[in-house]
Amino acid sequence: MKKIEVKDLDLFYGDVQALKNVNLSVEANSVLALIGPSGCGKSTFIRTLNRMNDLIEGVKINGTVLLDGQDVYKEVDVIELRKRVGMVFQKPNPFPMTVYDNVAYGPRIHGIKDKKKLNEMVEKSLKAAALWDEVKDRLHKSALSLSGGQQQRLCIARTLAVEPEVILMDEPTSALDPISTMKIEELIEELKNKYTIIVVTHNMQQAGRVSDYTAFFLNGEVIECGPTDQVFYNPKDKRTEDYITGRFG
Amino acid sequence: MTIDRKYEMARKRQDMAGKVIVFTSAILLIILVISLFYFVASKGLSTFVKDRISLKEFLLSTVWSPDRDIPAVGALPFILGSIFVSVFAIMISGPLGVSSAIFMVEISKKLGQKILQPAIEIFVGIPSVVYGWLGLSVLVPFIGKHFGGLGFSLLAGILVLTIMTLPTITSVSADAIRSLPIEIREASYALGATRWQTIRHVIIPAAKSGILTAIVLGLARAFGEALAVQMVIGNRPVIPKSFLEPMSTITSIITMDMGNTVMGSVWNDALWSLALLLLLISFTFIIIIRLVGRRGMYK
Repeated sequence: MKKIEVKDLDLFYGDVQALKNVNLSVEANSVLALIGPSGCGKSTFIRTLNRMNDLIEGVKINGTVLLDGQDVYKEVDVIELRKRVGMVFQKPNPFPMTVYDNVAYGPRIHGIKDKKKLNEMVEKSLKAAALWDEVKDRLHKSALSLSGGQQQRLCIARTLAVEPEVILMDEPTSALDPISTMKIEELIEELKNKYTIIVVTHNMQQAGRVSDYTAFFLNGEVIECGPTDQVFYNPKDKRTEDYITGRFG
Repeated sequence: MTIDRKYEMARKRQDMAGKVIVFTSAILLIILVISLFYFVASKGLSTFVKDRISLKEFLLSTVWSPDRDIPAVGALPFILGSIFVSVFAIMISGPLGVSSAIFMVEISKKLGQKILQPAIEIFVGIPSVVYGWLGLSVLVPFIGKHFGGLGFSLLAGILVLTIMTLPTITSVSADAIRSLPIEIREASYALGATRWQTIRHVIIPAAKSGILTAIVLGLARAFGEALAVQMVIGNRPVIPKSFLEPMSTITSIITMDMGNTVMGSVWNDALWSLALLLLLISFTFIIIIRLVGRRGMYK
């Protein structure tokens, strides 16, 4: 089943075209990795999926992005969209508040006030992000006192607490050490049972390890997209092969 | 070899000269601060040491008649005056200033940068005598006409200080809000928060220590302002029964009386005691600002 379908997507920052005629679809409960050199439009692309680009002035978008067949730019309210499509950023960005309040932030702004319900959601989300055991004794300490890897898992927990359907991850491990990276990769593996995941990565091995599908971006275009094994071991396009074998990028 | 040595000597000399200049300036500054404090303290304490007036009388008595045969120097009306004008002014300018800071940083950047920011810079630069004069010629008659009394009043003092502290509070809290990382705003929006929820639940709590610093700075400015307040407050050494009655502040009584007193008289000493009190209060403000700043999570 197609969870997300992107058709003929163009994106402009002022006069500069950052995405050129992107066509992609993402299967439900799968992991799609986006690879490509810096500045190729990967991050810009995932930000079109939850309309984070709306926040930037002078962005113009043509084409359609469908979530379960609904046009996210025309038929879905942006608040509703971001509830359904969560996002984890490159740099861990917990709020300067307690661990508990970070995770409870999403449910609270969406109107959940019941203390018991909130406690349950916080615990469930932290467990799902494989962080519960490490923080259960300091839920009411500042989130900024956690290590970088813990902060990133906290951000994942915070995203999960909103109960999204899709999770976008923009280079989620680029600021982390190898062990924290491994934990997050294991987490992605587990999360795909319940969620559809799109992950931007600079790390070829990571794309190989965690993803079912891979899309290769170059200069704002999708050069190749398919099952990860095929893109990695049997690429159809010369440029994909060059990139994967490390000839550029 | 010799050239190298020469070059090295010259460099050492330059290093030395730099060190001497910087070190001397630092020492000079420290000496200046210490001697200033010493001078004010020695003068201010002679009220209690030489003139045998009790600290309790000075701080708690409401009778101020320093020119009588047995002088009474109760400073309570001035202390309360300073507290009233500053606190009430901040109660108005605080919320207003923080709101405008939020408006110019979070809501309308364009309007903020093009109109509000320059306007605030101009406001900061206007000399206090101009504010006082405006208060005297516009505010005082307005209050007299529409609310009763002479117009010279606590209310006039509060309103002038509100306007004078507004730019300080706005610009300092705007800086605090602006320095928050964009990432936490994005995190909030990405969770489906509206702009208002983001401001209310993320931006304001995160900028709390900066906003508090802004408010304490505003309070310090209000406390220390002499001229503009003196021009509109009426300068009567009493505790008023309403906002429409005149009163005095610590600063206004000093500027009013300092020309009328003889060095060494009780009256003169009492004014120095007031100056010492002001100095101690501003030290307290500085300490509060430092403590609040240290507690801030984002620097």
